[in-house]
Parts: sequence; C-alpha cells; structure tokens
Amino acid sequence: MTDLAPGPREALAELLLTLADDEFVLGFWDSEWTGIAPMLEEDVATSSISQDEIGHAKAWYELLASLTDDDADRLAFGRAPEDYRHAALMNHPRTDWAFTVARRFLYEHADAIRLEALSRSSYAPVAELAAKMRREETYHLMHVDVWLRRLAEADGDTRWRLVDSLQAAWPEAQAVLAPTAGDVELVKAGILPEPMETLRTRWQGGVQGTLAANGLPALPDAGAPADGRTRRTDDFAWLHGQFTMVARSDEAATW
Amino acid sequence: MVARAAVRDPRELAVRAALDEIPDPEIPAISVVELGVIGEVAFEPRREGGELLSVELLPTFVGCPAIDVMRQQIGERLTALGVADEVQVRLTFAPPWTSDRISAEGREKLRGSGFAPPVLIGPSFDGHELQLYLAQATCPYCGSERTTLDNPFGPTLCRAIYHCDACNQPFEQFKAV
Repeated sequence: MTDLAPGPREALAELLLTLADDEFVLGFWDSEWTGIAPMLEEDVATSSISQDEIGHAKAWYELLASLTDDDADRLAFGRAPEDYRHAALMNHPRTDWAFTVARRFLYEHADAIRLEALSRSSYAPVAELAAKMRREETYHLMHVDVWLRRLAEADGDTRWRLVDSLQAAWPEAQAVLAPTAGDVELVKAGILPEPMETLRTRWQGGVQGTLAANGLPALPDAGAPADGRTRRTDDFAWLHGQFTMVARSDEAATW
Repeated sequence: MVARAAVRDPRELAVRAALDEIPDPEIPAISVVELGVIGEVAFEPRREGGELLSVELLPTFVGCPAIDVMRQQIGERLTALGVADEVQVRLTFAPPWTSDRISAEGREKLRGSGFAPPVLIGPSFDGHELQLYLAQATCPYCGSERTTLDNPFGPTLCRAIYHCDACNQPFEQFKAV
C-alpha cells in the first residue's frame, strides 16, 4: 500500500511527527556530550548514536514532508517550540551521566518496540524505513544496556543517581508509547499493526524484567499522561533556540 | 552480492562500469558498486519522449551524511555518460542495504587499505547475534584473530574500533549491520 485516503494520511502524518521529533530532540540533547563524555571512547559512542538519531529524524521528516507536501528542513527548524511533538521525556537537559543513561535506556527500549511494530506496517515506506532503522538501533540497545548494568553494579552515589533518574524519568517516558489522536484509525488501516497501549504494556514488562535482572528496584505503575506530547519546558525552549540558530541566521539560504 | 541476471542490456553494463569508478566518499578505497549501495538500474520511456535512466541508491546507514554526495556524484557521472535523456537517482530502503552486500572485491580492497571487512551476517540480525559478531575481527595488517573490540562506535556511523593483540595495531572494522 502506498496510496492513502485523507483520514489515514492525516493520522500517519501526526504519528510521523512524533517519531521524528523524539529522535531529533534526543539526538540534540545527547550530542551535547561530544567532548565531555565520561571517557574518550564514550565521547565517540554518544556522538555516533546522536548522529544516528538525528539521521533517523531526517528520514521521518522527509517521509512526512512527502505526505503533506511540506519541506523536511522547515519541519526540523522552522516551527515554534510549542509545535514540536516529542514526548515530555525529551523536555530535559542531558543533566548528569546517570540521567542520560536512564533516559536512553527507557527511550531506546520503547523505540525498539515501536520500530518492531512499524516494520510490520501495511504502509510500505514506513515498514521499509523501520526495518532498516532496527538494524542500526540494535547497536544503541546493546550500548545502553551495558551502561545500565555498569551503573547498577556500581556502589553508592553512582547506583543511587541511576535509581533516582529512572524513577524521575519513568512517568514522562510513558508518553513515548502513548496513543496519538489517530491511533484507532492507524490500527484499523494496519499502518500501526497494534495499538500504542499494547506496545506500552509490552515495553513496561521488558523494562521491569531488565531492571530486576540488574538488581534494580521495580518502577511503579504508570499511565500515559494526556499532555505527554504537548507539555513544554524552558529547557526545551533554550534547546530550540540552539538548534534553530543557524537556520534562523539566514532563512533564505539553500543547503 | 545480489545475484545477477545472465543477460543484461549493454547500456546497463556501461552504467554499472561507470558507477564502479565512483569511490565511496568516506572510504575511497572502494567504489559505490563494491560497497553494494547500487540497486536496480532501469531505462524507462518518458511520457514526453526519450528515456529516463533510473538508478536505485541504498543508504548504508539511514543517517549517513555521505549519501547526498554519493547521489550527486552518481547523477553527474551518469548524465555525462549520455545514455539517456534524463537521470534519476532514487533512495530506497527496499531492499535494505546490509553489510553483506559489500562485494568480494570490495572486502579485499577494504582489507588492503587497513579496514577489516564486516563479518557476514545473513538475513536475520538481533542483539544476541550482534554480541557474537562484535567479538570477531581479523586484523587487516597481520591477519591475526587475537583482536579486542575497543569501541563498537567509530569515526563514522559505519565503523567500529579494534586493537590487534598480535601486532599491537589499532584498526577499524566496517560494522556488520
């Protein structure tokens, strides 16, 4: 299937914007570790992963732009902060290394489940892109799982910073797999093969299992916040100012 | 490498030969053909008359910053070849590029320029398999298998960093993906 009726197309456009914005904003936050990560090897790894995320965002923006007759650069750099649709989890700065690991652990596993579902999409361009991204994301999952274990096995402050960050990030991480307004329509058309709530339940089970296997405390029951993709912070407004700076400096420039 | 049909349009062979002269922008030792990023090559009639040469380009990584450079170089080279009235280079993820698409010649040239070729992975690819692949790298300098992974992430998206415990050289491996 490559042609879409207006209803499913609008629902897909909304979903694609969430996928792109999640990857885009997280990629920018984590790219701030370039040069100051805890060790040189990690500097290279985090920079490479962030570049992957921003590359994935670019691909989703391009697909969205082709559906809505828009422009990928405008979508990335030409919107006001309140028009971004990333999950609230991505509203916060990189903070310390424990928070960066905690956020990426929760996000990467949610993204993996979301991409697995989308790789079965009835809409071929989405299925193809998701299948390709999954191969790359395998490296991200391995990387963050190693860090989770490493911080979990550490003593004292390191371990507690991780536990605190996981608990702080958990409620807003639910927004990654919260249903969009077009969820029912997307499922009906097979564009999203399963409802987001099903994916979120699957993700929660996987996360709790990994935490238990690493001797970390379970996280409390959590629902998806209603404003999980519209809530904005001053921190994000600051980041938005940073990542749009070059584009704003010469709006007529061609790249 | 994908299986090739026995009989081909001679123009297609000319196109592939021209593409085989375009180096990968990040690892110039191998061509875009040896890298396996070239998919279908087709000549299609245009509605307004004449023919369109359509070439599929399969990105190695979704976010590979070299893709636009490759696309431009391919377009310019094929336009100069003058075998069709118009050239279109189309990005596609179907089929996805995987590191198994690097040709035997490409693997040998990688080795010759100090890059370990990627481990052959087959169609499936999951986290458990990745751990096994990452543990395997043959030193491109001395051929030893006594190597240690330093970092699964390297200077570009497609490269990992290793150390050879036999000849004490650091080296890079093209990532299995």
